[in-house]
Amino acid sequence: MVLASDIQVAQNIGFGIIALLMLLAGVGVVASRNVVHAALSLVLVMAGAAALYVLLAAEFVAVTQVLVYIGAVMVLFLFGVMLTRARTGKDSDLNNKNAPIAAFVSLLLFGVMAYVLMKDYSDTKLPNNGTPTSTKTVSDLIFKPYLLPFEALSFLLLAAVIGAIVLARKD
Amino acid sequence: MLVNEFLILGALLFCLGVYGALTRKNAVMVLLSIELILNSVNINLLAFDRLNGNSEGSVFALYIIAVAAAEVGVGLAMVLLIFRNRRNISLDDLSEMKG
Repeated sequence: MVLASDIQVAQNIGFGIIALLMLLAGVGVVASRNVVHAALSLVLVMAGAAALYVLLAAEFVAVTQVLVYIGAVMVLFLFGVMLTRARTGKDSDLNNKNAPIAAFVSLLLFGVMAYVLMKDYSDTKLPNNGTPTSTKTVSDLIFKPYLLPFEALSFLLLAAVIGAIVLARKD
Repeated sequence: MLVNEFLILGALLFCLGVYGALTRKNAVMVLLSIELILNSVNINLLAFDRLNGNSEGSVFALYIIAVAAAEVGVGLAMVLLIFRNRRNISLDDLSEMKG
């Protein structure tokens, strides 16, 4: 007998709405003729991803996603759009002639991935009663077993900041 | 919930990002598509994190977010430099390294 709590109706409806929104916004990112509209569609995709992280009970990653992606990276993108383009309206010269080949490649890629996923995970369920991933657990992992990658990442960010300044300054 | 819901959504977003990165001519739009790809990977990591229950996927998702931030910073600085030197950022015109 299948219990209602096993199907998780509310979570599935929420997932469906978020996933539909993300897919529509994703098509907007790759198909929009307007650079600013594409960037704002990407905001919608990132917000949807943050909502999915909450659904997956990874609260710290969801908050970081909102702070870093929607807060910082998108501002950087909008600055990039405005500094490199005089006009922000429609632009017919945004795509190159590879569209059929690119569509074929990405459809093939999706076909392969969907085949593998359906083959191996078609009836794997997410655990129903797991506790949320607490910030304490994540920080314990980052600062104990994954300390060296964390330091390497800090160094990468430092190098990126210095590199960006050196590249972008006027001299 | 099935883990496949998240994995298929991640695969779809990944393929959309690949399509965008291959078709766009504008360098900023290619960077936007790459962000789409990185986000889809994060969804996969967190779905597997939930499935395995050991929270390591969250750590890797955070690392990917940091790497994406570094990538966007350097990438946009390079785009800005190209724009300053050539007055456009069409990737089709950047063919000096072609043999």
